[in-house]
Amino acid sequence: MDIALSKEERAFAERMRTFFTTEIPAEIRDRLARGGHATREDFLTSQQIMNKHGLAVPHWPTQWGGQDWTPVQRHLYAEEMLLAFVPPPLAFNTQMVGPVIATFGSEAIKERFLPKTASLDIWWCQGFSEPNAGSDLASLKTTAVRDGDEYIVNGQKTWTTLAQWANWIFCLVRTDPEAKKQRGISFLLIDMDTPGITVRPIQLIDGGHEVNEVFFDNVRVPADQLVGEENAGWDYAKFLLGNERTGVVAVGQTKARILRIKRLAAETVVNGRSLLEDPLFRAKLTRLEVEVTAIEMSVLRVLDAEGRNGPGKPDPVSSVLKLKGSELQQQATELLVDLLGPAALAYREDGEVPDGFSALPEGSVDALPTFFNWRKASIYSGSNEVQRTIIAKAILKF
Amino acid sequence: MELDLTDEQRMLGDAVKSLLDKRYDANARLALLESSGPEHWSRELWKQYAELGLLGLTFDEQYGGAGMGVGELAVVMEAFGRALILEPFIATVVLGGQLIAAAGTPEQKSTLLPAVAEGSTLLAFGYTEPASRWSLTDITTTATPSGDGWTISGEKIAVLGGDVADQLLVTATTPDGAVGLFLVAGADVVRDTYQLQDGLGAADVLLSDSPAVAVGSPADALAHIESVLDVATAVLCSEAVGAMDRMLWLTVDYLKTRVQFGQPISVFQALQFRSADMYVSLEQARSMALVARLSLADDDVAERRRAVQAAKIQIDTSSRHIGLEAIQLHGGIGMTMEYPVGHYVKRTTVIAKTFADTDTLVEIVGAGGGLITAG
Ligand SMILES: Cc1cc2nc3c(=O)[nH]c(=O)nc-3n(C[C@H](O)[C@H](O)[C@H](O)COP(=O)(O)OP(=O)(O)OC[C@H]3O[C@@H](n4cnc5c(N)ncnc54)[C@H](O)[C@@H]3O)c2cc1C
Repeated sequence: MDIALSKEERAFAERMRTFFTTEIPAEIRDRLARGGHATREDFLTSQQIMNKHGLAVPHWPTQWGGQDWTPVQRHLYAEEMLLAFVPPPLAFNTQMVGPVIATFGSEAIKERFLPKTASLDIWWCQGFSEPNAGSDLASLKTTAVRDGDEYIVNGQKTWTTLAQWANWIFCLVRTDPEAKKQRGISFLLIDMDTPGITVRPIQLIDGGHEVNEVFFDNVRVPADQLVGEENAGWDYAKFLLGNERTGVVAVGQTKARILRIKRLAAETVVNGRSLLEDPLFRAKLTRLEVEVTAIEMSVLRVLDAEGRNGPGKPDPVSSVLKLKGSELQQQATELLVDLLGPAALAYREDGEVPDGFSALPEGSVDALPTFFNWRKASIYSGSNEVQRTIIAKAILKF
Repeated sequence: MELDLTDEQRMLGDAVKSLLDKRYDANARLALLESSGPEHWSRELWKQYAELGLLGLTFDEQYGGAGMGVGELAVVMEAFGRALILEPFIATVVLGGQLIAAAGTPEQKSTLLPAVAEGSTLLAFGYTEPASRWSLTDITTTATPSGDGWTISGEKIAVLGGDVADQLLVTATTPDGAVGLFLVAGADVVRDTYQLQDGLGAADVLLSDSPAVAVGSPADALAHIESVLDVATAVLCSEAVGAMDRMLWLTVDYLKTRVQFGQPISVFQALQFRSADMYVSLEQARSMALVARLSLADDDVAERRRAVQAAKIQIDTSSRHIGLEAIQLHGGIGMTMEYPVGHYVKRTTVIAKTFADTDTLVEIVGAGGGLITAG
């Protein structure tokens, strides 16, 4: 979106690009560019390099490693990172629990957790959803009962992304069973090694293991791991989810997917011409590019307003970004499937083929699993139905 | 006009359904899918399909078949779609068996069809290649005369049932430019076997001077292959309808039982409308599957093909809509392996890329003048 940027902003973007393409190992970026998954090790490497350069948590307060950037600069940073196929800093750390601790935590808790959260020495997972508390998150039932200077936690979380790699979990727990739904909830930090915690994997339809159930059976948690006030957790969660929704737009990631699709389509010959020249394929691609450009401009408008007026109250436009952004992500994954034709159908662990067989076209291992997997984008971070409800409420004023 | 099933078809459908209800619930299927052996389907059920006469359903009685028509095959496939069976039925019966029945010599029919019908021989049909997409003619595999027979060289990909086939039917270009159909023994090819995204077995197949016999005459093969693919596409539409029907009802049942905000989420009008739209898509698909099936009786090949292709466009469009909505309306649970709905979505997604994808068909049907023409 060069037209909207000032000369300085363009120079800033260039600087970011240079950083990401020279400092983050090419081996990792090339693998991800070809559809590979980031390993736990990749995330660690990437975030630690960024952290060393003060670039892991630019949106945090400067005292805790943040940069005094404008919202537009933060956006350009994220965009250049995704376009360069850099594993982004772990959202659970940098977008979710970090800002909550920095905003609502005591000095002691900030000092204890923020540096390790920025450096990924602590890998956080998000313990919000429960089997019966999805969209209706406030109905959550996991309890924390105060016992001296500890809480005793019982209950179950689910859909916990990458809990198998995490060493800490931030949880919403019910501390006052008498209070009205939202009022009796607290925000508690729990070490995954605490006795009484069990993690059970959930396999998703793409064949991967990225979410889990987490069970708590009389888990004793030191009371000084409560963030902020007891029973004020819902406010912190709302603050967190507000940040999460603008984060999942990931325009840079969609643009990176489109660039990959264009690269591969140019090499894919159908009926004697490249797919890029196929009118039906090209029409779908072009429409997608127009919509992505529009959402990018919407992101910039929001950031621009935020830069001028300071962070506003949650605005229905953040729901617009989540809703449309997730749909465009999903469309991009589908175009890659269309591009591959019959080569997309095999389920393969990797791209190796026995001697004598043709090399598999790039994308044939990841296209369909990614398409299936990205159905999640319209379900999590507040489902798209929930976003529509927020928008409708705002414009119909009910 | 008579659009309803015949009594005979209804009985056949009930018999298949009652077997599958007993043997193919979601857990039994998952156990097959995740079994550690190389085969993710049931040979024992295969025998039962044979006993029910399903494996020779459309073959002539003189070849051990039941002599039934495509209507009956469609009924069976719809039931298979509802249960999401993993056995290589399309590969062996719908494609392999019907290709032999259509193109084979009397001798080939009398050796192969009874063996297929009784369940002792598995077949597969390989025609897609690394660079052919779904074109039958844009292929590089070659057939060279050799003694009484032929040798075949080339590579076929995504061969449905190619992992277990005892014999493979493959397309190859002869020296005089015809796309012929050839029968190759499983032992004479090299296979890279895998499961497709929907769990069905398949293989990429390498042929290097593999000995082969021509199925019928190479000069006539292409027309037979095209006709069999018309039938296969039409009954694939029926399978997809069965799968879509299950996705809709799984979703509706879930909406009625899932409680959020203190009430079943089926009370939210937003979700009621979404399920109504799914139902509309299902009915559209059902109607076009019927168009496809009825058109197979049309002697005008071009008309028949156009109708079948149009049907698959609708089936793909409907199943995409229904499948993606089914996951979305389930929320997280819809994305899990443990829960059935995602498996249906995977199957219909693979169906949408089987025999041709939507864009290919839209292009062909449109270029051919479309469907609604002044009369
Ligand atoms: C891959 C993945 C990763 C996740 N990672 C995490 C994680 O790390 N931590 C965590 O805490 N959670 C995580 N989640 C959980 C996610 O936040 C929930 O799935 C989400 O909140 C939806 O809840 P649910 O799945 O229970 O669906 P439900 O809330 O049961 O919704 C089912 C359907 O009903 C719709 N619906 C619900 N209420 C309404 C309404 N009032 N009006 C209209 N429609 C409605 C929904 O939009 C959906 O379509 C993850 C989910 C997925 C799929």
